[in-house]
Amino acid sequence: MIVEAGHFALVLAFVLAVVQFAVPLIGTRTGDDRLMAVAAPVTIAGFALTALSFAALTMAYVQSDFSVVNVWENSHSLKPMLYKVTGVWGNHEGSMLLWVLILTFFGALVAWFGSNLPASLRANVLSVQGLVGAAFLLFVLATSNPFARIETPPFEGRDLNPILQDIGLAIHPPLLYLGYVGFSVCFSFAVAALIEGRIDAAWARWVRPWTLAAWVFLTGGIAMGSYWAYYELGWGGWWFWDPVENASFLPWLSGTALLHSAIVMEKRSALKIWTLLLAILTFSLSLLGTFLVRSGVLTSVHAFATDPTRGLFILFILMLFIGGSLSLFALRASSLTQGGLFQPISREGALVLNNLFLTTATATVLIGTLYPLLVEAVTGDKISVGAPFFNMTFVPLALPLLIAVPFGPLLAWKRGDLYAVTQRLYAALGGALLTVLIALFFVDGMGVLAAFGVGVATWLVLGALTDLALKAGIGSVTTAVAWRRFRGLPRSVFGTALAHLGLGLTTLGIVAVTSLDVEEIAVMKPGDTLAVANYTLRFEEMTPFQGPNFTSDKARFTYINAWGRELGEVISSKRLYTARQMPTTEAGIVTRGLSQLYVSIGDPTADGGIVVRAWWKPLVLLIWLGGLVMMIGGTVSLLDRRLRVGAPAARKAKPKVLTPAETPAQ
Amino acid sequence: MTRKQKRLTVIGGAMAFLMLASGLTLYALGQKTSYFYMPAELQTAKLEPGQRIRLGGLVAAGSIVRGEGTQVAFAVTDQVHTVKVSYSGILPDLFREEQGVVTEGTVGPGGVFIADSVLAKHDENYMPKEVADGLKATGLWQHTE
Repeated sequence: MIVEAGHFALVLAFVLAVVQFAVPLIGTRTGDDRLMAVAAPVTIAGFALTALSFAALTMAYVQSDFSVVNVWENSHSLKPMLYKVTGVWGNHEGSMLLWVLILTFFGALVAWFGSNLPASLRANVLSVQGLVGAAFLLFVLATSNPFARIETPPFEGRDLNPILQDIGLAIHPPLLYLGYVGFSVCFSFAVAALIEGRIDAAWARWVRPWTLAAWVFLTGGIAMGSYWAYYELGWGGWWFWDPVENASFLPWLSGTALLHSAIVMEKRSALKIWTLLLAILTFSLSLLGTFLVRSGVLTSVHAFATDPTRGLFILFILMLFIGGSLSLFALRASSLTQGGLFQPISREGALVLNNLFLTTATATVLIGTLYPLLVEAVTGDKISVGAPFFNMTFVPLALPLLIAVPFGPLLAWKRGDLYAVTQRLYAALGGALLTVLIALFFVDGMGVLAAFGVGVATWLVLGALTDLALKAGIGSVTTAVAWRRFRGLPRSVFGTALAHLGLGLTTLGIVAVTSLDVEEIAVMKPGDTLAVANYTLRFEEMTPFQGPNFTSDKARFTYINAWGRELGEVISSKRLYTARQMPTTEAGIVTRGLSQLYVSIGDPTADGGIVVRAWWKPLVLLIWLGGLVMMIGGTVSLLDRRLRVGAPAARKAKPKVLTPAETPAQ
Repeated sequence: MTRKQKRLTVIGGAMAFLMLASGLTLYALGQKTSYFYMPAELQTAKLEPGQRIRLGGLVAAGSIVRGEGTQVAFAVTDQVHTVKVSYSGILPDLFREEQGVVTEGTVGPGGVFIADSVLAKHDENYMPKEVADGLKATGLWQHTE
């Protein structure tokens, strides 16, 4: 009964989405306020119905109702409760339902907080949002119905794929979807602006919080996904340049570009057309990502049950939205007015440079990801584009951008002085050069390129700190004044500095792990030892263990430091999930500071030992901590008074914080 | 500089950058991609020594032999032709006989394929697309469900 109610609610949500698309659009065309006013309540009702539908499916999972095909295929009565709930989106149908739920959620947020928007803009935005929602609700209802029943319900379910039975599933997909789908709001705003044929700095101010929020979630989703793959797959890798990873990285890159170009548009009303295009492209890449992940057209190590026929439906949606929005863009963009002018060396210039690099990098990753499909379509050859390609193209593109980052926030708007800015960055530059030398001469196994990488990372971190210090006037005014100024800095300044600092930390982690990680592989019997970097692993014993829905063999190791002291235990295990007869490897991980010792075990060998693979991963945690700092930066920026959602729109009296160069003598 | 000149400089710089990036991309696409072969295709393929390729197919029944230490040998088959593969390391959890597999590496002396990675799957029903297509092309595809 509840299941049918959920299904029915979803059908109603689809009907409401069609209403949400059509009625407000007619309203804005005819100038009828009453029709435009329909948008908000319908959007909120659509969200409520989708939420109800999602709750119904969750209920079926919690109660292990195996008369529902989806529950039977992906759940088991013995599965821990957490995984019963998260299993709702651990499969194709449920995951698409979560996608739609988040889409309607963002629509409802616009409806709730958009009361300060001009009525016609709000109506148009919600109308576009409604069309996206209708397309995907139709997709779920027509091809991926999670509420289908079985005539004779089986007694027990087939269990969820064991790799997904992890806390990662509770966090990663929702965060990722909040990011992917969050960009739909930017897309709707862009298309609405094109429909209206009008765009101004206020538009950028309304769009920025949505971009920031989506970006924060996407950053979190990618970082979480990377860490999850790292500890769950047992191969010690944190990024494989796999198509599914690229699918999430592409909207992140172009979303980052959007975030920066929207600043120029808001502050200087320049780059309007470009910002619109980026907003469209970013969500298009999110849709492309959804298509790549769900259709399985590309071989991926992260591919779960995929279905090409459903993929075709998404491809159709993809072409409808990308083609439609780009056609509209081509027709209307020329009618939009051009904005303010600026010198090449200026804050705007720096942000344009940022966009140039980020979009080029996006294009490179996109080409590498889709090239196998293209080649197969044209010549029939099957090729794969892997890490070597991306390392060769993406890294050289990213490095100059990273070096340029600290200059950007210090340059003045309109016309900047590169020489003066460089002078102010002398301390950061000195610090970076010093770390290069230290890395080169005092760290074993550090190559020239890696040392350079460490220097770039330090440069980013110190550059971000310099930015804050200079804006507070530390060094040029008394400490008390500087402290007062520091506290008075707008939150967006802190946000920028934190995000750039996080980028530096992630870079440092990547460089350290790539250049200094140590991998050892050996066959071990109880009592054997294996040296891994400065630690020694001693294999103690194998013990059987019975989990709720799996059996496992736990290998217990003791790890010993260079001075022979036993520091503790690492347990790595092989599990066999009984319902699916599927084995998994659970890596044993010990965190030492920011570094990790990572142990995974393989199959037993003929002579009674087991294959053990162990890594020392120096500073590996920085990769994800950097992501976390970027998220915090984004959130702090989101809390800036200027961007506060629902704050009165037209307000100019923001106390301008002077940078020391601009400060008159005090 | 006049405004026009300035604009041209900026556009010129951006163009030069884009050309550099496309050049790099094209070069990398030529150098850093690897072709996929099924065992039958490998017989006739013209490969340069040391060229990295991907080899896919089914793990031949009864072919998995664990050797010294971490060495393991198995064979990849499309049911007609079979290629021996040698690999050192831990095999993926779902590596089983008569299951689809994709390996990456080079063809070594004596025609043995020396794999340095064996692509894992996350899902027991999942068949790498290339392998599925290859088997369909030779008419040996059987749907597993």
